[in-house]
Amino acid sequence: MRVFKMEKGNLVPFLRSLEEFGEVWGPVKKGNSFVYAHEDPEKFDLSAIRTLIPAKKFFLPKVATILKFKNGAWTDNRECKKRVIFGLHPCDLHALNIYHEFYTRIYEDPYYTSNREATLIIGLSCLPDDNCFCNLTDTSTIEEGFDLFFTELDDKFLVWVGSPRGDEVLAKRKDMVEDITQNDIKEYIEWRKKREKMFKVDLSFTGLPEIVSASYDSDIWDKMGAACLSCGTCTMVCPSCTCFDVEDEYDIRNDELNRKRKWYSCFFREYSMVAGGHNFREARAERLRLWYTHKLVGFMSEYGEPACVGCGRCVVSCPVGINVLSVVRALTGEKNDAFWAKTEVKQL
Amino acid sequence: MKERVDILKCEVHEEENPYVPERARIIRKYDLTNDVRFFQVRLCNHEKVMEWTTKYKPGQFMMLSIPNVGEAPFSITSTPTRPGIFEFCIRKVGRLTGKLFELRENDFVWLRGPFGNGFPVEKMRGKDLLFVAGGLGAAPLRSVLLYALDYRERFGKIYYLYGAKNPDEMLFKDEFFGMKERQDFDCYLTVDSDPTGEWPYDIGVVTTLFKYVKDIDVENTVAVVCGPPVMYKFVVQEFMKLGIHEENIYMTLERKMKCGMGKCGQCVVGHKYTCIDGPVFTLWDVKTIRNLI
Repeated sequence: MRVFKMEKGNLVPFLRSLEEFGEVWGPVKKGNSFVYAHEDPEKFDLSAIRTLIPAKKFFLPKVATILKFKNGAWTDNRECKKRVIFGLHPCDLHALNIYHEFYTRIYEDPYYTSNREATLIIGLSCLPDDNCFCNLTDTSTIEEGFDLFFTELDDKFLVWVGSPRGDEVLAKRKDMVEDITQNDIKEYIEWRKKREKMFKVDLSFTGLPEIVSASYDSDIWDKMGAACLSCGTCTMVCPSCTCFDVEDEYDIRNDELNRKRKWYSCFFREYSMVAGGHNFREARAERLRLWYTHKLVGFMSEYGEPACVGCGRCVVSCPVGINVLSVVRALTGEKNDAFWAKTEVKQL
Repeated sequence: MKERVDILKCEVHEEENPYVPERARIIRKYDLTNDVRFFQVRLCNHEKVMEWTTKYKPGQFMMLSIPNVGEAPFSITSTPTRPGIFEFCIRKVGRLTGKLFELRENDFVWLRGPFGNGFPVEKMRGKDLLFVAGGLGAAPLRSVLLYALDYRERFGKIYYLYGAKNPDEMLFKDEFFGMKERQDFDCYLTVDSDPTGEWPYDIGVVTTLFKYVKDIDVENTVAVVCGPPVMYKFVVQEFMKLGIHEENIYMTLERKMKCGMGKCGQCVVGHKYTCIDGPVFTLWDVKTIRNLI
């Protein structure tokens, strides 16, 4: 992979100059968390670990009108917007690669593809906090799926070129980057060592698919199911969750009908309910088990890697402490201090 | 190096969008039972009629929609060997089907598809076939049954066993009564009970019809079962008694679906999406993938 270096002072002018291709979005602080926003790049917060909502929202918007029905015919309503997204970390990029594989296999989803083609993706290195565990899911570094990737060293960025588009962008901004030296590589290696030592989650993911598979009838699911609120937060914040629902909505003002697709969650009761009211996953425990087995086993069977990228979003978001870490701890028999671990299961 | 003007693309090729449905016309409809109706529909775009109605496989489904009501998957009950139209058997159970029952001949519905894996009709060639249907299960099964009969010479013995609650609940009665007269395959019909007193055939659950199944080559038999979930267990037991291998026992399953293309996720079971990995599964799949039935 081609790699250059950029002085830190050049980052903001560089990002500003990309506005010629499309809106430049990056992470900014909002309340206690970070969100992607279309702001002046000076406001981008390079210390942002994880945004509240992952970058999947650019490729599968929370709500989007996919078709319009007017004068007796359905028409395609693809509304892609040209964007440059800055600040995706290796875990985010791995999740995006899962998205790409998922949304283009067998049937290519045209809405996804249009959004992806209209987006320039610029990654950014990170230093883990207490809830990051991408080292365990083997997603702490990234080789593909970005146009450019910035590694932040003490006084400079290394800029990795990941695509022809990225190459062209840099080619026109040659004065902002320089070739790297042997010393830069040394600094990079030191930085990698420092970063690797910063991961704090002490847990093993070895053999996890088999363990989860074999735990299908475990009472742990009932216990967690009793505490789970079915709120769906984990699925909304999960960067590799792909599910959606489709609904027709009549727009009375414009006298047209919109077929909309919206984020949906397998934690919702209606998710597995068929016509006539039969529900294949009536119990919360069954829905919870579906999510964890799909993430940790199902994706493994289909794509050769689990769908968890270790971003820690479920760890910081679940109101009752059910997350990949606490579930893995429970399934592997480790001591667990999650709220639900103290919950008694009431047989209904 | 000369820079591309549009590094980022925003292009829309409408013809490539598999979410856009095709308009179709209801050309015929009639009631099969008091809550199941038969619909024959034909695409309005005549150029697409033959392409669409010859390329699907028995066991596949279409996404059928009514604007402002919704879209749902329905098994195709017709066979690609009789092209030109699509046929569906639809039970009135919800909002969309309720609206469908209000439609008349010449009204429009919208179709996308076909989706799903369908029955392995190529693998079935040269084999004996044992079809078992219960209730509304006759809808998807009729497609593969008619297909097998239209290519009769490709298959060995064919048995069709169909059970319904009572004579009024049996689908395609005239058609199946006619089949009983055919000499080239065996059709057996039964009802759980007969309040009319006029039922001419067997009475009892569908598994009682297995007594008629004789001289099949179990090593070379493909069995197919379609019906309400409670029926599967008992029919599968009969298949096992006959000695049919679990990888040769097929069933078609029902799930909620919103896309048909393995994206929306609502039909997920284990790591399989019913819409692309199914709806036809083998008994082996059912045993391996928990929660399938």
